[in-house]
Amino acid sequence: MNQSVWRAPDLSRRWWPVFLRNLLVWRKLAIPSLVGNIAEPLMWLVAFGYGMGALVGQVNVSGTNGSTQVPYIVFLASGSICMSAMNAASFEALYSAFSRMHVQKTWDGIMNAPVNLDNVVLAEMLWAAFKALFTVTAIMAVMLALGISHSPKLLMAWPVLLGAGITFSCIALIFNALARSYDFFTYYFTLLLTPMMFLSGVFFPRDQLPGLVHDFSEWLPLTNAVELVRPLFMDQWPAHPLRNALVLLAYTVASFWLALALTRKRFRA
Amino acid sequence: MQEKAQQGGPPAGLEALPHNSAMSSPLFEASSLSKRYSEAMVVNDLSFAIAPGECLGVIGPNGAGKTTTIRMCLGLTVPDAGHISYCPGNGTPRLHMPRDALAIKAQLGVVSQSDTLDPDFSCEENLLVYGRYFGMKDAQIRARIPQLLEFAALAHRAASRPGELSGGMRRRLSLARALVNDPRLLLLDEPTTGLDPQARHLMWERLQLLLQQGKSILLTTHFMDEAERLCSRLLVIDHGRKIAEGRPRELIAQHLEPDVVEVYGAGGNGEARMLADSSLKALAARVEISGETMFFYTQDARPLLAALAAHPQLRTLHRPANLEDLFLKLTGRQIREDG
Repeated sequence: MNQSVWRAPDLSRRWWPVFLRNLLVWRKLAIPSLVGNIAEPLMWLVAFGYGMGALVGQVNVSGTNGSTQVPYIVFLASGSICMSAMNAASFEALYSAFSRMHVQKTWDGIMNAPVNLDNVVLAEMLWAAFKALFTVTAIMAVMLALGISHSPKLLMAWPVLLGAGITFSCIALIFNALARSYDFFTYYFTLLLTPMMFLSGVFFPRDQLPGLVHDFSEWLPLTNAVELVRPLFMDQWPAHPLRNALVLLAYTVASFWLALALTRKRFRA
Repeated sequence: MQEKAQQGGPPAGLEALPHNSAMSSPLFEASSLSKRYSEAMVVNDLSFAIAPGECLGVIGPNGAGKTTTIRMCLGLTVPDAGHISYCPGNGTPRLHMPRDALAIKAQLGVVSQSDTLDPDFSCEENLLVYGRYFGMKDAQIRARIPQLLEFAALAHRAASRPGELSGGMRRRLSLARALVNDPRLLLLDEPTTGLDPQARHLMWERLQLLLQQGKSILLTTHFMDEAERLCSRLLVIDHGRKIAEGRPRELIAQHLEPDVVEVYGAGGNGEARMLADSSLKALAARVEISGETMFFYTQDARPLLAALAAHPQLRTLHRPANLEDLFLKLTGRQIREDG
């Protein structure tokens, strides 16, 4: 009688009204949330990019056509926009989703209607990815206005960042399913995301990392997002786009499946 | 019945439950539901059916298994054993949980124990957003909103958010939201808990109206007057088991003497006990003592009242036996751990 929590996702178009619900709430709070979402990453960019950039000068980036020298501000901008996608998606899939799931009992209300848990989780996942996309779009607009990059290939960075948003919201939903309170998420941010930020070549090239750590960092999702996005800022193509995309896809599929199983387990009681 | 047998449904012994004879085709039927959480049996071999247009009340102490039963009815909790089915009418075949959960829920309206209203939305938006979960078109929902708000006596608060409403208004908004899909069956889990008498009476009025319109209701409650007023039939459950089932007045007649005389021990417990031991006891069929109060259950209260007249210092109350007496007799007077 009891179905396994590991069964295949049972998805339909019923995720859409749930996504729409989140959109409607957000529309009411969009302007203040926009300020919060982009002000911090931009302050980092300006302070570090221009301040540190003056000290650092050019940074070596290896790409399709060998090693290229880029101004530090471009190096940092291309890495930090990936970090912003990660943070925006994670924040939404943790704090906000947890509020709806656990505190407000919004999910319970939705599931009293003909919408199953799988579609609710899918909607939350896509919603967090949408928030990431919205955030990076705003940041990119400011970067364009500052003249950090005018590469036409930036158009390609947009779908890549949406993809990264999806990956990170899937990963975050695993921890959402496990959380007992908001405090739990502090661990996620300080013990997982912050170290990943420093290991993924956002602030400095990964070549600076010791051998073993360097090899390990190769498999981090943020590293692969950065490797896809950074060359686009430099008007180049990524060196290993297929490998990067497959790594992100593997994280996405595995995390969504795990997040769904754990959320089903949580709601089974 | 044959249909159920084909699916290898409940054990044969349960096919002959008395309520089945009264209902040729119940709207909603749960048979032999059981649910165990680790060691505790939360619901134990529970069967019931709801006829079209009927209000079935489920009463039981805290932890008796009421909410778990509702969750199973919604397919949110999978029973360890048992069967739940729903009859969609117009000749369509019966639907079964959990396989047809979404099709069944499309025809249900649910008010859960704690409000799940969206705090960021106005009353209107709450209804609109909820209707979309049923796959309804915006225009279709918008056309229903004025009458739903009117029904909930919230027409003047359409733009207010739940946080700006009183408890009674929020519960009525929850009820209006449950009606957005024009359901045939409503599952109401303690819909009036925490409301003041005015708000409660308004809620009762609305539920009566829905019953008149032909809706069916499954209602859990802790208020015996509510159960007696609204429910055509009652299910008393305790420790996950059904311990009584029937019409409220019939259940009272079946289990209790018609008259109750309550005597409040004016002189303290000692005197009350002395009274209970005295000849007064012989005038009652049954005597219960709870703290300072004695309850005399009797077929005829007159001789008892005459005898009590000799003790003018005692306050007495003579009243007919009610559902609360029945409930306490069946489930005991002791406080439950989580009560």
